[in-house]
Amino acid sequence: MPAREITFSQAINEALAEEMRRDPRVFIIGEDVAEAGTPFKVLSGLVKEFGTKRVIDSPISEAGITGIGVGAAMTGLRPVVDIMFGDFITLTMDQLVNQAAKIHYMSGGKLKVPMVLRTTLGATRRSAAQHSQSLHAWLSHTPGLKVAVASTPHDAKGLLKSAIRDDNPVIFFEDKMMYQLKGAVPTEEYIIPLGVADVKRVGSDVTLVATSSMVHVALAAADTLQADGISAEVVDVRTTVPLDRQTIIESAKKTSRAIVIDEGYERYGVTAEIASVIADGAFYYLDAPVKRMGAMDVPVPFSPVLEDQTVPTAESVAKIAKMLCGKT
Amino acid sequence: MARPKQSRTKAASALSRDQALHLYRQMLKIRLFEEQVNQLYLAAKMPGLAHLYIGEEAIAVGVCEALRRDDYITSTHRGHGHCLAKGASVDKMFAELLGKAPGYCRGKGGSMHIADQDTGNLGANAIVGGSAGIATGAAMSAKMRGSDQVAVCFFGEGALGQGLLYEVMNMASLWKLPVIYVCENNQYNEYTSYRETTAGEVAARAEAFGIHTETIEGQDIQLVHATSLTLVERARRGEGPAFLQCHTYRFYGHHVGDIDRSYYRSKQEEEEWKGKRDPLLLFAEWLQKSEMADRKLLDQIQNEIAMEIKEAADFAINASYPDLDEVSQDVYA
Repeated sequence: MPAREITFSQAINEALAEEMRRDPRVFIIGEDVAEAGTPFKVLSGLVKEFGTKRVIDSPISEAGITGIGVGAAMTGLRPVVDIMFGDFITLTMDQLVNQAAKIHYMSGGKLKVPMVLRTTLGATRRSAAQHSQSLHAWLSHTPGLKVAVASTPHDAKGLLKSAIRDDNPVIFFEDKMMYQLKGAVPTEEYIIPLGVADVKRVGSDVTLVATSSMVHVALAAADTLQADGISAEVVDVRTTVPLDRQTIIESAKKTSRAIVIDEGYERYGVTAEIASVIADGAFYYLDAPVKRMGAMDVPVPFSPVLEDQTVPTAESVAKIAKMLCGKT
Repeated sequence: MARPKQSRTKAASALSRDQALHLYRQMLKIRLFEEQVNQLYLAAKMPGLAHLYIGEEAIAVGVCEALRRDDYITSTHRGHGHCLAKGASVDKMFAELLGKAPGYCRGKGGSMHIADQDTGNLGANAIVGGSAGIATGAAMSAKMRGSDQVAVCFFGEGALGQGLLYEVMNMASLWKLPVIYVCENNQYNEYTSYRETTAGEVAARAEAFGIHTETIEGQDIQLVHATSLTLVERARRGEGPAFLQCHTYRFYGHHVGDIDRSYYRSKQEEEEWKGKRDPLLLFAEWLQKSEMADRKLLDQIQNEIAMEIKEAADFAINASYPDLDEVSQDVYA
């Protein structure tokens, strides 16, 4: 497929534009989504093509717009709700957890909520404790929701298109530090199914399972490790729900060692879940305990020297990988 | 309690005899359904609890009879009345309450989560005020799809403490959405008088958003119905949302297990409402006075509905439970 380089932000924008052209039921609602195109400019230009009836600027009412999204989804539309910062999902939690996630089940399978809620994650933007969290584990914990954590422009576009076509509520997390990241994206239409992990780099000594921007941390660590004679395989889970257990377990079986890297809090987090999947599915193949690397269990601090310590880095991942491989 | 400003006779009814008897039947169906629910609870045949709607029947029936089948409602934990008024059948309702397979939600929802998309019921909701977003979103969807459907959000005065309601009322007013917020003010947030929890004037809260607001006596079926017809038609014409506060009373406790209520309200207060402001007694009186029905006809209706309720309850008692493997079905669509 012919491809060109576009940014993560452009990939999101293209996915939305294509789905809105394809399906008149799709609309966007959120704070500053229309003329402003969001503070991150991810939605720039969409209002020009689709008008203010389909790209709707809302009041600052996260719970309200999420609830409206749920109701619209239940009655024939396919809303894409924009929640500017992932930290603000705290304000939407009843509508997501008690409403969107449960309606299909509680109604015995009669009602559906085909809604996407796009939001952000990721620290190191010097935005302090209420604009820097990665709370995708909270939603991954809730049956009835699907959760995507794309790492590249290519994956972001294909996964978002799938999310919009999905009949379930899908929470789509974008690392705000990746919006300017460039990558090859085909010019032809494609979709990527939810629930299929991707081996981003093939290796044989250690598996680095990662999510979202931590995939790039893992890839950078793999480069370093290669110089030290360690071959790292990088598995990008792409969606925490559904989780592609098989690909993760197969990789761990192959390499016999695994580190799980995620930017959510380490305690009770995504890393814990995936580590248990590996321990359970690859136990007899492992030469070392599965290691977890998440964000430090502290509110994200403002000061750069403090903040930078809170998230996994290529250096810290490489260090742990060497230790696992007995090459400290 | 201050009587509502509007006079009860305002709606001096344009109801035909058939319509009037239909309203009566619907209210009585809810009353007898709920009495049967209480019996099922007392006989330990119903798992869990139920929140009875007895005393408030005129609101569900008055509002829902102003709606079309394809209009939407969202309901509450005290929702049996809304579901029945919107057209649910009693047998599938009982089956759901007993957790049986033929129930509206195959036994997965129970008393507080009955949904029936065929009658536009987007679900009862056990989070107080939790459905305000859904109803408003349904109204927005109706408007965006160019349909002339209307959505009604039922909630109790307890929901006036929830922020979501005000977020969505703001948007409904801004965007002129066809949604009607029906506040059933039965005076008690569970076990606490709403006077202890609610500052200012209830109606003023909706008026602050520029929403058309009415406060009425909720025990008068004709008044509720006539007012609802006006509000529904208004919304259907694209004139925007409305807020309807209905003064009413929960004749029983917060739920079937709430027997001793003396610590939050007096027996005398209960007796006064039951004796003087029972929507069924009031309407039965009116039907007889206006010679639309005599005692004999009302008794006959009572017997017919009692029979229907008994058969439906028996159906539910004898119905099968869902297969065990259904526990993991329908988590995802």
